[in-house]
Amino acid sequence: MSIVIEQESCNGCGRCLAVCPGALLCANAKGRAEIRYPADCWSCAACVKSCARGAIALYSAPACGGRGGLLRARREGEILHWVISLPDGTQRTISVDRRSANRY
Amino acid sequence: MDIRHIDADILILGGGTAGCWAALCAARASAGKGLRIVIAEKARIERSGCLAAGVNAINAYIGEGRCPQDYVDYARKDAAGIVRGDLLLSMAEGLNESVRALEALGLVILKDETGGYAQRGWRNVKINGENIKPLLAAAVRAQDSVTVLERVNVCSYLVEDDTILGAVAFGVTEKVCYALRARAVICATGGAAGLYRPNSPGFARHSMWYPPFNTGAGHAMGILAGAEMTSLEMRFVALRCKGSVAPAGTLAQGAGARQMNSLGQVYEHVYGLTTAQRVYGTRQEELEGRGPCVLRVDALGPGEREDLYKAYLNMAPLQTLRWVEEEAAAGEDMNASSLGVAVEGTEPYVNGGHTAGGYWVDSRRQTSIRGLFAAGDVAGGSPQKYVSGAMAEAAIAATAALGYAREVVLPAQEAPGASFAAIFNEARDFLERPGALFTVEQLEEAMQQNMDEYAGGIASGYRYNDAQLDRAEERVRELTHLSGGLRAPDMRDLLRIYELRERLVLCRSLIAHLKARRESRWPGFGEHTQCPGSAASGLRYVNSRLEKGEIRIIFRDLVSEGECYEHSD
Repeated sequence: MSIVIEQESCNGCGRCLAVCPGALLCANAKGRAEIRYPADCWSCAACVKSCARGAIALYSAPACGGRGGLLRARREGEILHWVISLPDGTQRTISVDRRSANRY
Repeated sequence: MDIRHIDADILILGGGTAGCWAALCAARASAGKGLRIVIAEKARIERSGCLAAGVNAINAYIGEGRCPQDYVDYARKDAAGIVRGDLLLSMAEGLNESVRALEALGLVILKDETGGYAQRGWRNVKINGENIKPLLAAAVRAQDSVTVLERVNVCSYLVEDDTILGAVAFGVTEKVCYALRARAVICATGGAAGLYRPNSPGFARHSMWYPPFNTGAGHAMGILAGAEMTSLEMRFVALRCKGSVAPAGTLAQGAGARQMNSLGQVYEHVYGLTTAQRVYGTRQEELEGRGPCVLRVDALGPGEREDLYKAYLNMAPLQTLRWVEEEAAAGEDMNASSLGVAVEGTEPYVNGGHTAGGYWVDSRRQTSIRGLFAAGDVAGGSPQKYVSGAMAEAAIAATAALGYAREVVLPAQEAPGASFAAIFNEARDFLERPGALFTVEQLEEAMQQNMDEYAGGIASGYRYNDAQLDRAEERVRELTHLSGGLRAPDMRDLLRIYELRERLVLCRSLIAHLKARRESRWPGFGEHTQCPGSAASGLRYVNSRLEKGEIRIIFRDLVSEGECYEHSD
């Protein structure tokens, strides 16, 4: 379980670097975000949620049952849209409203 | 390396839930008095501690018709008697106030038709806790009297004559050493993860229940400063969704899932319903060839699956990703009305929020070091804290620390003492060493393997005996020695050296505690194979102190509610 950062989408704003609880992200020579310790990621998704450009995606490691899906997040006001992209090219969006509590 | 001197009236170590709440309580209680409250946090308080990803229920709330004593009784039963009644009761009395305070900060809580909290059982309320840390952080940042030092790793207390003077810290991203002086210190560094090898080592090693960044820093600093610790041997093993390590309770309690073996038998009533018994039962079913054990929900209505997916996105998003991946793989074969998740026990943790291991504190949450208080998962004796209990405890610690700080005068600015110099020089050596044979990663792997095999980890089915514990202790000593020769190319790597060394300090004390408890009181959390079952003589606390380099075990009588415990020896 870790993250991938799409270099072409990253604009080097630094929000993900600031928010990572493990200080695992650094800016590379081009000023873009890079994960320096990929195996140390806890999959908390703080960076995924902090990225305004959807450049960061969470995935499951093969040892944890991962099948290649990527999880991104996009905030729109009080709504957090979670976008899951599967290897076959399909996408699924699950939108969570911050104002409503979990039913479980 | 630059040295920065910072003075505080109240210094709070760790800006997780307990740390943030302690800061808020201290700031509100001392408003207008010009006090300086400093939080030292190694991450950023918006997403730090065990609630970084969010949380989807408040598990400690006293519902209609129940009282704080009911909560004490429940926690005592779950811990098979090894709890501090005084601590549990004062915590339980603050639970509902903490939940109301969170709601006032903006936390969304599910309501019923009468406007009251919709409950999940008598102890839980349902929330949207994805943003619980950002809400707490915003409230902290709005306080003028609170300074938040971030990306700062506190690695040692400054203590003289069993009295706290402050702490030493290093920058995580900046080459700075901090000399922090304080009238009173509240330790809120959380529990400890990463002591044992996890279910998925290697690349996936940080797929763990508790944050891998909670390394037992507060425990280690306390142990090395001679603080008394309690009940470390009551480790916590969580029952979690396999692979994602996501919570199982949401499925079991929230969605009414049944826990069954591969024969379709619901097995939990065979073993009992305490937290430890649930873990034990699952392990036994697997060992006896009836695995995998699963949580199964049948008769999911339209939309209910989606709601479950949302609930997990708010706290453990990888579980939702996994379900969606599984759905795609199953295609048309999928039965939309049922859902099954394999469950397994995690590696053991030291966690005073769920079990009782941590600092030995008095009724006001002062540790055995004067002026040093503890709250949240680092504080012992008071299990089943969860979010609201950690807050209740932080409020008590903040009040006590303010009272203590009033009586203390900071000495005029003076040159850092000998203990500061020793810590500074050690860090400089790590940073300036030209090369090293071993890496932090290698030594961490060796430590986790050692604990796994010889100190009751997953590999041994959480079992251990004296001979194994002796080996474990010897290897921890060797690894501690080897860690002194590590090299840190930069400050982030220096942080990782300290994290490893903190874990090693805690491992050593943990092993001594496992050896000292001559019984197996919590079979799901660990079994001493030479001492099966509970013993009548086990109804006491196993405590310890590091004295002249050796761990001294201290047995103490149980403290019950109604008593006021003060340190006397």
